[in-house]
Amino acid sequence: MDEMIYVAMTGARQTEFAQAINSNNLANVSTTGFRADLHAFSSEPVYGPGVETRINAVVDAYGTDFSQGAIAGTGRDLDVAISGPGFIAVQAADGSEAYTRAGDLRVGAGGLLETSKGHLVIGDGGPVAMPPSGSVEIGNDGTISLQPIGQGPETMSVVDRIKLVKPDIATLEKGVDGLFHLRDGGAAEGDAAVRLTTGALEQSNVNIAKTLVNMIELARQYEMQINVIKTSEENAEAAAQMMRMG
Amino acid sequence: MNQALWVAKTGLDAQQTRMAVVSNNLANVNTTGFKQSRAVFEDLLYQNVRQSGGQSSQDTMLPSGMSLGTGVRVVATEKLFTQGSVLQTGSAMDVAISGRGFFQILKPDGDLAYTRDGTFQLNDQGELVTSSGYIVQPGITIPDSAQSITIGTDGTVTVKLPGQTAQTQVDTLETVDFINPVGLQPVGENLYIETASSGTAQGGTPGLNGLGSLVQGSLEGSNVNVVSELVNMIETQRAYEMNSKAISTNDQMMQYINNNL
Repeated sequence: MDEMIYVAMTGARQTEFAQAINSNNLANVSTTGFRADLHAFSSEPVYGPGVETRINAVVDAYGTDFSQGAIAGTGRDLDVAISGPGFIAVQAADGSEAYTRAGDLRVGAGGLLETSKGHLVIGDGGPVAMPPSGSVEIGNDGTISLQPIGQGPETMSVVDRIKLVKPDIATLEKGVDGLFHLRDGGAAEGDAAVRLTTGALEQSNVNIAKTLVNMIELARQYEMQINVIKTSEENAEAAAQMMRMG
Repeated sequence: MNQALWVAKTGLDAQQTRMAVVSNNLANVNTTGFKQSRAVFEDLLYQNVRQSGGQSSQDTMLPSGMSLGTGVRVVATEKLFTQGSVLQTGSAMDVAISGRGFFQILKPDGDLAYTRDGTFQLNDQGELVTSSGYIVQPGITIPDSAQSITIGTDGTVTVKLPGQTAQTQVDTLETVDFINPVGLQPVGENLYIETASSGTAQGGTPGLNGLGSLVQGSLEGSNVNVVSELVNMIETQRAYEMNSKAISTNDQMMQYINNNL
């Protein structure tokens, strides 16, 4: 059988993967702080005896789009958005440090500050404990000050500071939990230059028009791969017919 | 099977849930003491198809891997406990809380529940009850000869009895607070019940220790911001359309392969 059918089959299968990545971006169009995944195809020649005529197209999720998402005001005390580059440090499920752009924070059952996904926010020295408070203010450098419950406004005091980091985005990788991890598994240094906007959330940075165009393009690419399979089938049929004539 | 189809389906599900939350907020735009909810989205786990940094041969490394996202889900519907506007009604039995705090209510099953809705009435025993007839805790009984009722900002309930010039204090209306009100579970009828994440109710005198003071003759309106809910609704609808477009595109891809092979 002709190898061309396998090359086309790989192409079609890989296009399905790319379409899945694209659909995932589209599904997360309203997820706070979501960063779109990028995909690309790379050529992988099939090595072996003879001439290299077969080159498979293989999809890579080669990275993440770190562009800024739109910032929408919510007015809630514990909603923060990062303006410009930078991340909020949180504790991943395995206890290691990870980074996120989603700033919809809340106080969890244990009185610790956490993200809406339930990851503990990291402060100056580990998780941030939030005493019961009348009002909370998060400064634009991540400083949390609060007025303890039942006390006057003069008792407003600083409790902790959210760890904000700005590692080189080339060293970051999106983990299976959707958080960003340093490739070498370490923890990034805090960066005083990262700025927060309070009472606002950063929306998903999925570019809708681009994603929809990608979707169409991938669908057409898929059809082309199928046409190649079909042509190869027709070739095989013609060959079979010739044998019958002879 | 085609993964993109299922990913887009999670998008539809999540947007549908968000639309339900938005509709519920809009439906309760006139509900006394109602607190608006918002749907919180999170991306689902990623599936590592090809690990980046893996060896492609003895000497070479894969420069990038492939992980496929598996979609989105609504992880929480969170109540926003901002103050609703305080509306004057003029009725002596209407009480609004200005600031933090909840009224404590005894449900018919004997459990306690909490509410911001201060539309109180009296039952046949002269007890202060909610509009559903649930008794306010600690119980407040108004003598049936009372001419007028006054509820102070600190919850002091005084009545004027016939033939007396001075007001007589009958009871005190207490409110309670929670460490984490967002953790309360809404159960309908404007009531919330406490959960492990809200913490236990801490009673106190209104106006003291961080509790909001009471305003007689007023009610707290719903805190739903109609404009932002309508914007949410538009956004939700468009996101829903886009995800259904993704489904139909994937359907066409499969249709093409079926028709042509």
